[in-house]
Amino acid sequence: MTRYVIRRLLQAIPLLLFISMVLFVLMRNIGDPLATMGGRRVTRSSDRERLTRQLGLDKPLYVQYFYWLIGNDWTKMDLDGDGVAETPGRMRGVLRGDFGTSLVNRGKPVLEVIWERLPNTLLLMITSEVVVILCALVVGVYSALRQYSLTDQIVTTISFFGYSLPIFFIALLSIYIFAVNFKRWGLPYLPAVGMFDPQVGKTPSQVILHMVLPVFSLSFIYLAAYSRYIRSTMLEVLSQDYIRTAKSKGLPRRTIIFLHALKNAALPIVTVVGLDLPFLLAGAVVTERIFAWPGMGRLFLDHVSRADTPVVMGILMLISIAVIVFQLITDIMYAWLDPRIRYD
Amino acid sequence: MGTLLKVTDLEIRFHIPEGVVYAVNGISYIIAEGETLAIVGESGCGKSVSMMSILGLIPIPPGEIAGGSAVYQGRDLLQLSDVEMEHVRGTDISMVFQEPMTALNPVLTIGRQITESLTTHLGMNDRQAEERAAQLLEAVGIPDGVRRLGDYPHQFSGGMRQRVMIAIALSCNPSLLIADEPTTALDVTIQAQIVELVIQLREQLGMAIIWITHDLGVVAGLADRVIVMYAGYIVEEAEVDSLYNDPRHPYTLALLAALPRADRRRDRRLASIPGAPPNLLIKPQGCPFAPRCQFVLDRCWSDTPVLTPTGSDHGNGHRAACWVNVKTGAPR
Repeated sequence: MTRYVIRRLLQAIPLLLFISMVLFVLMRNIGDPLATMGGRRVTRSSDRERLTRQLGLDKPLYVQYFYWLIGNDWTKMDLDGDGVAETPGRMRGVLRGDFGTSLVNRGKPVLEVIWERLPNTLLLMITSEVVVILCALVVGVYSALRQYSLTDQIVTTISFFGYSLPIFFIALLSIYIFAVNFKRWGLPYLPAVGMFDPQVGKTPSQVILHMVLPVFSLSFIYLAAYSRYIRSTMLEVLSQDYIRTAKSKGLPRRTIIFLHALKNAALPIVTVVGLDLPFLLAGAVVTERIFAWPGMGRLFLDHVSRADTPVVMGILMLISIAVIVFQLITDIMYAWLDPRIRYD
Repeated sequence: MGTLLKVTDLEIRFHIPEGVVYAVNGISYIIAEGETLAIVGESGCGKSVSMMSILGLIPIPPGEIAGGSAVYQGRDLLQLSDVEMEHVRGTDISMVFQEPMTALNPVLTIGRQITESLTTHLGMNDRQAEERAAQLLEAVGIPDGVRRLGDYPHQFSGGMRQRVMIAIALSCNPSLLIADEPTTALDVTIQAQIVELVIQLREQLGMAIIWITHDLGVVAGLADRVIVMYAGYIVEEAEVDSLYNDPRHPYTLALLAALPRADRRRDRRLASIPGAPPNLLIKPQGCPFAPRCQFVLDRCWSDTPVLTPTGSDHGNGHRAACWVNVKTGAPR
């Protein structure tokens, strides 16, 4: 098993290099980071030339990628445009843990920019994921056991709505009902924007209160897909011969469902969850935007629209690494859940 | 010997989109303590379904127990609640299934799958249950039982898995073992071993056995009595010798004629029964075997024959459901 993990991690290295190359080329071609430099006014053409040199954008693309990857502190840069390279470079490169500095954020280190947002996103996304998985298990298992019953039909219809509606609609609808109208009717209402009320401060109760609507919106959408998936997986498992054997042994119903059936159904469920988990880091672009949640989704949107290559590359590489790590964890979970799977 | 299980007028239907399947149409039989009863018939004749209904293993819906009773120790099993049924399954009556490759849970150890019956029904603690499970494995001919408790089903061959299934079924000393074609999926040498094992265990434990099969060859060496089923009806019932030497229903006659025999010429084609089993979607009327029967009379198309004692030796309980005396071809 250890050898398998090491082999998988070694295989990930060329993969990550390839991903980073493709992303770097795409990023450098989707926009002009100098257009406004994050401000409101268009950059003057005299500044433009200087900034191009200072940010290293005058170099050929492969040199820029190279500097991003291994740094440029071993060579000298020509910052004043006199044709003589006299200033030593300051980038240490991604391989040495330096993701560079934001182009539009006045030279703030990329990792610092990301680190400011990551905990907020994880708080929101992990809460939603836990809510989704728990609810989906309850709903999915219940409707599998009561296939075609009235409850199953109702739950199926609601999940179908959830699956079909765009998340912004659910988000706006929930704001309209629970924030706007509840306030108008004099009922206790929920906050719709931000992480906390600035007048109260960032207390746990404030954050929880502000999380209710975004978590509800995110969960509602994903609950549909997950519970449908768990339902169909459970239905398939419940029709297997070994479930009939378990019944013929006179085991209590809950042992049959939660041990004999669910452990078999867990495998495909773990696959889907394992594929989804890394994207928790990416945040929910639309939801964070609507609820003004200061997370990774909004960070990504803000910086990609200004072609801020270092920050966007930082976010994307973080997600790429997370995908690989979670795939590995999923594979290890397989072996733990299913004795037929061994990696020797 | 006392009566262990008395099934009376059992009727089972399945409601499917195409209509109603008349799977079992009023069958009655008795099994005595320690007796071995074989139920034979071709696929789809209702033999498995009628047995599974006794243990409440038929999914309802689409299944429906349309009538009848199955009295075991003074209680009608068909009327028991789910929870009451849990205490009958595995302890009083247990079952071994046809397909050993899929009947065991692939993600749980063999040990877990044996011990859970013991801890659930006999109230053993984990250590006692494991000791007993290891003994059971050795009793069904799996050596080194203690070590194999930690193994998973995929580490056993088909024959070994069927032995494990038998160990599970016998773990709580049931008074009735229902074996639903337990040797069909195994190759011939393993089949003989499993039959041998069951005979040996029956001598040790003294349980009654209902052995469902479509292999008349297996029946001869194993059963005391035989029930022949066709299209959801019992068409003949007899002691095993009486059935083989003196079949009294045209279907049984045809089945026995279809058996390959070592004393016949090898270049002769095996006999078969012309026609196909009836469509169970149509409510049966008259004798279900009439369309394929060589002795068919006019009344066979309208009146369903009931199972009645036949022949001169009424005393030994040889019964057949037929309007014809198959020896003479004359109406009875």
